[in-house]
Amino acid sequence: MYNFRYQRASSLDGALKAAAAAEDPKFLAGGMTLLPTMKQRLAQPSDLIDIGGIADLAGIRRDGQVLVVGAMTRHADVASSEEVKSAIPALAALAGHIGDPQVRNRGTLGGSIANADPAADYPAAVVGLNATVKTNKREIAADDFFTGLFETVLQEYEIVTEVSFPIPEKAAYAKFPNPASRYAVVGVMVCKSKDGVRVAVTGAGPSVFRVEDMEKALSKKFAPEAVEGIKVSQEGLNADIHASAEYRAHLVTVMAKRAVAAANG
Amino acid sequence: MTDTGIGASVRRKEDYRFLTGKGRYLDDINLPGQCYAYFVRSPHAHATFTIASGKAEKEPGVIAVFTGADIVKAGLGGLICGWVITGKNGEPHKAPLHPLLAIDTVRYVGDPVAVVIAESHAQAKDAAEKVEVKYEPKPAVTSPTAALDKSAPQVHHDAPGNLCYDWEIGDRAATDAAFKKAHHVTKLKLVNNRLIPNAIEPRAALGDYNSGTDEITLYTTSQNPHVARLVISAFIQLTPEHKLRVVAPDIGGGFGSKIFIYSEETVSAWAARELKRPVKWTAERSESFMTDAHGRDHVSHAELALDKNGKFLGLKVSTVANLGAYLSTFATCVPTYLYATLMQGQYTTEAVYCEVKGVFTHTTPVDALRGAGRPEATYVVERMVEQAARDMKMDAAKLRRINFIPSDAFPYQTQVALQYDSGNYAGSMDQALELIDYKGFAKRKEQSKASGRLRGIGFSAYIEACGIAPSAVVGSLGAGVGLYESAEVRFNPTGNVTVFTGSHSHGQGHETTFAQLVSDKLGVPFDNIEVVHGDTARIPFAMGTYGSRSLAVGGSAIAKAIDKIVAKGRKIAAHTLEAAEEDIEFLDGNFTVKGTDKKMDIASVAFSAYVPHNYPSDELEPGLDESAFYDPANFTFPAGTHVCEVEVDPETGTVDVVKWAAADDFGNLVNPMIVEGQVHGGVAHGVGQALLEGCQYETDSGQLLTGSFMDYSMPRADIFPDIQVVTQVTPCPHNPLGVKGCGEAGAIAAPAALINAITDAIGTSNITMPATPEKVWRALNAGR
Repeated sequence: MYNFRYQRASSLDGALKAAAAAEDPKFLAGGMTLLPTMKQRLAQPSDLIDIGGIADLAGIRRDGQVLVVGAMTRHADVASSEEVKSAIPALAALAGHIGDPQVRNRGTLGGSIANADPAADYPAAVVGLNATVKTNKREIAADDFFTGLFETVLQEYEIVTEVSFPIPEKAAYAKFPNPASRYAVVGVMVCKSKDGVRVAVTGAGPSVFRVEDMEKALSKKFAPEAVEGIKVSQEGLNADIHASAEYRAHLVTVMAKRAVAAANG
Repeated sequence: MTDTGIGASVRRKEDYRFLTGKGRYLDDINLPGQCYAYFVRSPHAHATFTIASGKAEKEPGVIAVFTGADIVKAGLGGLICGWVITGKNGEPHKAPLHPLLAIDTVRYVGDPVAVVIAESHAQAKDAAEKVEVKYEPKPAVTSPTAALDKSAPQVHHDAPGNLCYDWEIGDRAATDAAFKKAHHVTKLKLVNNRLIPNAIEPRAALGDYNSGTDEITLYTTSQNPHVARLVISAFIQLTPEHKLRVVAPDIGGGFGSKIFIYSEETVSAWAARELKRPVKWTAERSESFMTDAHGRDHVSHAELALDKNGKFLGLKVSTVANLGAYLSTFATCVPTYLYATLMQGQYTTEAVYCEVKGVFTHTTPVDALRGAGRPEATYVVERMVEQAARDMKMDAAKLRRINFIPSDAFPYQTQVALQYDSGNYAGSMDQALELIDYKGFAKRKEQSKASGRLRGIGFSAYIEACGIAPSAVVGSLGAGVGLYESAEVRFNPTGNVTVFTGSHSHGQGHETTFAQLVSDKLGVPFDNIEVVHGDTARIPFAMGTYGSRSLAVGGSAIAKAIDKIVAKGRKIAAHTLEAAEEDIEFLDGNFTVKGTDKKMDIASVAFSAYVPHNYPSDELEPGLDESAFYDPANFTFPAGTHVCEVEVDPETGTVDVVKWAAADDFGNLVNPMIVEGQVHGGVAHGVGQALLEGCQYETDSGQLLTGSFMDYSMPRADIFPDIQVVTQVTPCPHNPLGVKGCGEAGAIAAPAALINAITDAIGTSNITMPATPEKVWRALNAGR
């Protein structure tokens, strides 16, 4: 790592003030992406402003037909929460398979979606469940939030404070993990609610995307056979030493089927 | 057998400190006034360069910056390769200079060009960015077959065509003749994928100079401190041998990667004398990925000729082996004498021929890694045999049985130099078939099919040559060293024992197993025995630990020292008990007079030797402290059969390893628990190679694509079924313990078994290692 100043904020206001006064600051949530990047000397912030001590930012509550998860809530807490397991078990299961136990004890929902890694799991949940992302400035619909490779609509000094997940009728997440990093090579979240069916895919492309053809077919019949023959195009999909674009395209259909089967129980 | 003697599954003594954080590893050692080294490394696979260190020298905390030119000025030599391979043309292999720090050309990503030494690691690392290196990148070649192409970029001017050697073994004419009468010939192209060792502890070194005595002490993560001392003093010429002490403390795994003498430890030792301060270097994991010697990386074409009954008439193999950019310490012998000499397998194949081209490329140097040549050989032989069984529509076990060397045929002279000493190959096959429940396979396959999965079964009847090695034999084959071991068994006056061993324990559990040996043979309580290793100042010259040799060679040296102890003890006891020496018997720690109840225990004998008041002083010196060196008469030949079953998910190509049976013959066992652990670890290693691991370089740039655990996939516990282990014993006839060694066997057997199971499941032989889900999926869908 290069040298940096570390500050621990006790309030959101304090964090924003400290950022404004710093030369090239970064907010630190779980640090599971930022710290390794800094250790490889690929990031060189002048200041790390730790928002982990801001009490309001963590926590899980049910608000009627919506589950609200604070941005600083750790993956391990989402995975083990009785509230989450009863309201949206697919979300608890997803969180329980992020990374490894050490990553799950530190990593956060807000950090994950703000970073928008193409292979992260949470973006599939946010888009799949049609969540609303709340920041210190506004509320953002899931379909508007992710815009590209490591890109979101978040502006400078805009911090995610909580994410509201509408509670679905049924949902499931099926993930094909990279055997080395255990990130998603392809991860598919399927969700059926009163507003229809949503199919959100992470890992396959530069950013999470929905598959309209599958959503239409599943609206008619919510069963694995409905999506069996639906292929996504490999064009624009990620390709690396772990999986080609063609293979990822194939996996989208396979994981979608498995997610539907799991959602049906 | 007592509960702490030979054959007992004693819990390991060393585990207490390892599991409670009290181990003393290299990085735990700190000396007053120490400073820190950080190496500047090439980001290019091939480039010429000029270098200026003035700016870096002025950075905060910097004490010195050294470059290749400084090393040359200091008169230090390059890193050596200690085994001369003579090619088909009768000439020795090409041995280009392997400088400690590159002088004007870099040849792999990670090749060191300078070292920055500063007051702190962070300062050294910061200053390293200010070392001005002007690179002129050149085209690079990473694949060994591409390197042989006429148009390939040249790695070394003095190795034309990138060829280090073109070598052969076996009888080419006889093999060609055998093929002429073949009923069937099985042919396969087989690639053995490159591996990165990834021991849990990265390499590290701490050089310390005593200006009062002009002595250098080098603490280093070495599997063989005496070899390091010899090479660094006599060949690199850092300092005379008696002025260099090398200490290898607790070490977190080696697997071969810590055998070799590397640039960083040598430079740290030299820099400590230059600066008159201790110099410490610890690798970062990314450095380990780039600079620890890699393993394997062969491309082979093999052909097996059979008669109409399935008897093997001939095997011919043509291999191209990647040696990397420079020759590492033992690099030349791994794809030759540790590989081709195993092409006989467990079989009576009438004619065998193997030729090997060793090739330079712009990649990390390649050298021995767990199995060192024998996994590559077993992969060739056992995939060929399995494929031949499929070609001939014969049962895979049956085809092997009709070709096994029979149990009464030993000693058996192979077609490729080695003479096998003992074995019962049919016996292990019987055990393996029963352990895996071979008869039940068809039913399990149906069950898998019912749940939409493809089940396959694969065999690997491996044999290996280890317990290396008889010095005269390896000397005649080009080795520059002997391969004996040393031991000293020293009684203390109070009756407890210190054992000094030339073997080094970096995970093997020698502190326990060697204590078991001594306890069993001398009747000294297990807890009264300490085992000392890893310090050239305390231990007679020895060759260290690798090649599954510590028990067979190191343990045998201890046995010989014990014999000398007992012989002396007899004389002392005879004197004290007033009996003739011929009437003294020794059993369970007591010297007794035949036919009487007069006895003297060994602790009393020891006390008498150190307080020689009632003692045969005119015939015998005081003390009870004996050394021995043991040079093995032959290699040892562990062998066995591994069988594994896999289930393939045809939708994704994912392979689950669902059953593993290992039936091995390691000769006599000292600690069955440790043996089982070694088999588990070896199998995990081999499954890692076959299913997950695979070092990849980008073809044109030579960039290391698998430079971290994010991309280099290591096996984890959750992918394994219960690995079932059973052993049989055919004792080694030529060492005093009757042992054969077991540390590498699993890694040798496993890859062939796994790939044979996968190819059985999916019905095509066209699978390469690692058998990733995408590869399996493509193979299943080829032609659709």
